[in-house]
Amino acid sequence: MIGVVQPTPPSLDVRGVRYAYPDGHVALHGVDLTVPRGERVALLGPNGAGKTTLVLHLNGILTPTEGSVRVGGLAVSQDRATLAEVRRRVGIVFQDPDDQLFLPTVAEDVAFGPANLGLRGAELAARVDEALAAVGMGEHRDRAPHHLSFGQRRRVAVATVLAMHPEILVLDEPSSNLDPAARRELAEILRGLPVTLLMVTHDLPYALELCERSVILDAGRIVADAPTRDLLTDTDLLTRHRLELPYGFTPTPR
Amino acid sequence: METLAMHISNGIIDGPVAAVFAAVALVAMTFCVLRGRSDLDDRLAPMAGLVAAFIFAVQMLNFPIFTAGVSGHLLGGALAAMLVGPWVGALCVAVVLVVQALVFGDGGVAMLGLNITNMAVLGTAAAYLLIALLLRVLPRTPTGLGVTAFVSALFSVVVAAMGFVGQYWLGGTTDLGGNLGGLAGTMAGVHLLIGVGEGLITATTVVTVAKVRPDLVYALRALKPAAPAPVPAVGGVR
Amino acid sequence: MGAGHAHVLYRESASPVHRLPPEVKIVAMVVFTLAVVATPRTAFWAFGAYALLVAAVAALARVGPGWLLSRALIELPFVLFAVALPFLGAGERVELLGLRLSEDGLYGAWNIVAKGTLGVLASLLLAATTTTRDLIVGLDRLRCPQILTQIATFMLRYLDVLVGEARRMRVARVSRGDDPRFLWQLRGFAAGVGALFLRAFERGERVYLAMLSRGYSGRMPAVWQGAGAATAGQWLVAATVPVLAAGVAATAVLLT
Repeated sequence: MIGVVQPTPPSLDVRGVRYAYPDGHVALHGVDLTVPRGERVALLGPNGAGKTTLVLHLNGILTPTEGSVRVGGLAVSQDRATLAEVRRRVGIVFQDPDDQLFLPTVAEDVAFGPANLGLRGAELAARVDEALAAVGMGEHRDRAPHHLSFGQRRRVAVATVLAMHPEILVLDEPSSNLDPAARRELAEILRGLPVTLLMVTHDLPYALELCERSVILDAGRIVADAPTRDLLTDTDLLTRHRLELPYGFTPTPR
Repeated sequence: METLAMHISNGIIDGPVAAVFAAVALVAMTFCVLRGRSDLDDRLAPMAGLVAAFIFAVQMLNFPIFTAGVSGHLLGGALAAMLVGPWVGALCVAVVLVVQALVFGDGGVAMLGLNITNMAVLGTAAAYLLIALLLRVLPRTPTGLGVTAFVSALFSVVVAAMGFVGQYWLGGTTDLGGNLGGLAGTMAGVHLLIGVGEGLITATTVVTVAKVRPDLVYALRALKPAAPAPVPAVGGVR
Repeated sequence: MGAGHAHVLYRESASPVHRLPPEVKIVAMVVFTLAVVATPRTAFWAFGAYALLVAAVAALARVGPGWLLSRALIELPFVLFAVALPFLGAGERVELLGLRLSEDGLYGAWNIVAKGTLGVLASLLLAATTTTRDLIVGLDRLRCPQILTQIATFMLRYLDVLVGEARRMRVARVSRGDDPRFLWQLRGFAAGVGALFLRAFERGERVYLAMLSRGYSGRMPAVWQGAGAATAGQWLVAATVPVLAAGVAATAVLLT
């Protein structure tokens, strides 16, 4: 088949997703979002914009009222086998690491995901070591998560998801509650990971630091999709959607 | 003195009676495991752990009843029955008792069967029977639910206490002679007061949960089979 | 009480007792306690022998007597009950320090104090040498139904969170002048408990979501569990204490 190049499907393809909660409240009014493989995208938006609701659609925890979600070409459905594969492909790191980490030791917690995938023994141990090394937490593998610092716990939370070899890493407010050093360390780690990344945040400088492209979600709609720097220099746009740059931070337009 | 019914210590009841009740507890727990499995959908498992942790934590926080001396704590049977159902609820209380006995020495290991029978089996069963009855009779309002929780909690505490009196009558290591009636009276009196505290706490907790997340109250779910399957974690994530 | 690796009663050490697999220690502790409870109360020498055994294990586990005795205060309420027995008990009365006491009650009090204390000391030794996580692994290996170990795992995970929250809420309440000393003041406490429960529930739900996202399907995967199960040798080593205790108990039963 000369001339027809089979393109890799995008890591994430969200089409016309609409979602209403059982109580009738509509959280998403038709969201379109495509994230090509290898890209790092920031999902910006004020509190209550529907960011977390959208994230829960990505791995089939919530099912859209209308529209579809595809992960690496695979359509998310409620079919058991599909759901398991989708949850492997989409690695969600939740905002509070204490919600994510629940087993007695770091290593066991990191092993939880791949063990659910059926890995055992040496293969499982290798996955755990690899994921912990990727976030620089290898030497803490036998410690209890709640004895680690908050920044370390967030890194372990990232590792628990990395161990599943996800197609796309989704981070919910990765910089929240981190001190400046932990924030920088996490940024360095994230920048070094060879995965597609979707970062949900309202920390605009962090988005600028890590993501070339950003989309703004407000009131359940995507209202902007452009290079992060362009969005952050558009003061009117930011104000309209309750986004603010921290005091003293002014990105220079290119 | 109230602690007696809560956690019977080694040596208070004689060996044969303790052994009989260990067998009783084992049979009851096996039954609960079998019945609980169908209740314990994958969503309820972490919730059951939470209910257990909650009972464990609240049992550690004693609240004073009078200015002096007597203090009590929740048994949790009614709360567990309300929120996770009778089978899983009894298992939750039993897990709390086992861990307390093994690592805290709170309640003797040899008396575990007695303690499980009183608090996990009798307490939860008494509570759930009353809950099932009262929810049918009383109006489906927060007040109705609160009254149900209060009464069933109060009742379950007294039943658990009477469980101890019964066991003491069967195998108390010291013959109290005519004083057994006195023991029963004292236990009933003290536990009526503890039951009021337990009832208030259970009622407030259940009503608070029912107001915010009615889908989480097992007792309400069981009565309304037509209720749509709740979406996990709708609250607080939108 | 901490989840997992350590808890307030756990004493970090590499003593021979610490290194024994948890299932072995649980069985040893239970058998020892049963032997103690089965001993006739008049066999005073037997209780001395048990105390010696406890002391020997404590020394081997490098747990100091001061630590053990102060933690054993948990059974104080039972001691109070025991003190009441000589006054309540029926049957023959004896004159002691000018008081007419029930002889049966005195024996009963001794019975409760001795057996209760030995039981508490035995479980404290188990707690001091075993992490809660190992305890669950031990229960699991002893064929405890999975539904129970699973509830226990989640329970231990949440204790820290709950106790921390409860403490913060109490401080906040007391700071605003609440003093729940009387029954009618329990309202504040009860309302706080309701809020505490909801907080915990919602946290549990978020944890569950995070677990689902990592492929949880209702059954905990068999993640590797530290060191392997106990060997026959370890069973034999750990059996010394309960076997000795059982021997003492049997002798005591035969002699009385």
